Amino acid sequence: MPDPIIRVERLTAGYDGRTILENVTFDVNRGEVFVILGGSGCGKSTLLKHMIGLYDVVAGHVYIEGHDIVDAEGEARDAILHKIGVMYQSGALFGSMTLLENVRLPMEAFTSLDMEQMNLLARMKLSLVGLGQFTGHLPNEISGGMQKRAAIARAMALDPAILFLDEPSAGLDPITSAELDALIRRLAENLDVTFVIVTHELASIYAIADRVIMLDKRVKGIIAEGDPRRLRDASTDPYVRQFFHREADLATPA
Amino acid sequence: METAALAVSDAPDGRLILALSGRLVAETIPIVWRDALHAVRGAVSRPVTVDAAGVDYCDGAGIALLVDLLREPRQAPIEVANLAPAYRALLAQFDARNLGEALNLEPTRRPAIEEIGRTASIVWRDLRTQIEFLGQATAALLAAIRHPSTIRWRDVGVVCERVGADALPIVALISFLLGVILAFQSAVPMKRYGAEIFVADLIGIGMVRELGALITAILLAGRTGAAFAAEIGTMRVNQEIDALTTMGLDPVRFLVTTRVIAAVLMTPLLTLFAMLVGTLGGAFTMLSYGVPFVTFVKEVDGIVNFGDFVAGWVKSFVFALAIAGIGCLRGLQTAAGASAVGDSATRAVVSGLVLIVIIDGVFAVVYFFLDI
Repeated sequence: MPDPIIRVERLTAGYDGRTILENVTFDVNRGEVFVILGGSGCGKSTLLKHMIGLYDVVAGHVYIEGHDIVDAEGEARDAILHKIGVMYQSGALFGSMTLLENVRLPMEAFTSLDMEQMNLLARMKLSLVGLGQFTGHLPNEISGGMQKRAAIARAMALDPAILFLDEPSAGLDPITSAELDALIRRLAENLDVTFVIVTHELASIYAIADRVIMLDKRVKGIIAEGDPRRLRDASTDPYVRQFFHREADLATPA
Repeated sequence: METAALAVSDAPDGRLILALSGRLVAETIPIVWRDALHAVRGAVSRPVTVDAAGVDYCDGAGIALLVDLLREPRQAPIEVANLAPAYRALLAQFDARNLGEALNLEPTRRPAIEEIGRTASIVWRDLRTQIEFLGQATAALLAAIRHPSTIRWRDVGVVCERVGADALPIVALISFLLGVILAFQSAVPMKRYGAEIFVADLIGIGMVRELGALITAILLAGRTGAAFAAEIGTMRVNQEIDALTTMGLDPVRFLVTTRVIAAVLMTPLLTLFAMLVGTLGGAFTMLSYGVPFVTFVKEVDGIVNFGDFVAGWVKSFVFALAIAGIGCLRGLQTAAGASAVGDSATRAVVSGLVLIVIIDGVFAVVYFFLDI
């Protein structure tokens, strides 16, 4: 039944002669919400950026729907990139364009829809993330949390098979954050969208994650993998237990 | 099946049936979308059923197609039937009727008169800000001079290198070229009267009194003014300026003072250099007109007096103050966004050049009345 949509194979990653990750191997299955966890500086964002082909790998392969993004060039690479949508930590919206134009941009470039149809589609994406009233605003006219949500709407513009989200709920209030979690679950279940998410928010992890991997900088790789609740309850690794329990203790006063 | 299809038929009870089938994604639906919309618009008073039984897959674009059909203003009802439950859940997220109007937020265009008035008031306010800033910068500078230990001399040194030493090649190039061109262009008509030697007077006076300071100032506005604005502007965008303010450090004292001091120290030196190289450029050209180097230098020495030199040199201090100041001001005024830094740099250069013209004009009038 497992149907890996992404396969990371013996990936070694780093820059400036420094190795961040060594020999990392894992699969992401189609339609699952896959969360990458770990303390600060363990290489979560680095791993994400390698998976979307933004950084050159030192060694190893990243297969997206069977195609290696590491070696791909030109059209082959574009074809892979069309399957994915990415939301960056800071939002990375284009400051000179309204939210509607931001979301519409990939549609203008890669579909043959009419302007009116693209506008409707872009409005729907924005209303999905609760920004239906702000389509005409510029990014600097809305709050940071709203920028983040608009960035998710832009990442979804072409309905990609895989969405990569870098810290989606950081900077969002609990209600918006919960709504975002619900949206992620809905898209994963109804549209078979696969999510790869980097986050620390434990509440959010329990709500959305089908499977997590946990990175650690001491081993430069994965120290735990599996269902987050199982890891919390059954892991023997002290660091993993600490990660889940410290927060869990705080969240539920004993 | 990798395409989408639409079949329009009439049901026995008078309903219009739009049967959608295949894969409804952005790549496949543009034509289906147009046809379906056309069919729905042509049957405003007939009930319509959109039959989605044949839909294999449907993403956000497919849902948008359904929403677009549902929101069409019409008299008879329209419904979507046989849509798979997963897609129905997606469709249910959108209120088709509200999507059209509530979100139609287009920026309003103002009438021309209002636009002119608004711009005029912006220019007026900007002028006041500049004067205010000049006062602020002067106060900071005076405070710094009174307490030299509060100046961050390391920073001043770094900025000095960038403003001064790094600018030497371009200042040399442009002022040499200016000397050469000036000499060449004036030597042609002068030769008719056998007065080539007076080209030396022209170059000497021109370079020392006016052009040395002017060309240095223009280069300073283009190089340093823009750089200051971009640096400080980027700091503004990254909230570094806010961080300074909340730490209790005045950004004007912290950032502007060092830069202004460095510019005021370096620009007069660059100006001296420009005067010298420009005159040399003239001498170089005149060699080809048979005026020996020594003769040229003697002629210049005879005509240019110390007053001319002071008149030209003093200007360079004022130019430096104005250009560095305006560069920093434009940087501090930077709005948010990537294009804002570019705007600030542009505005720094333009304001710098305008200031150069104004200051030079004021000096000309003052020198005229003082008879210097």
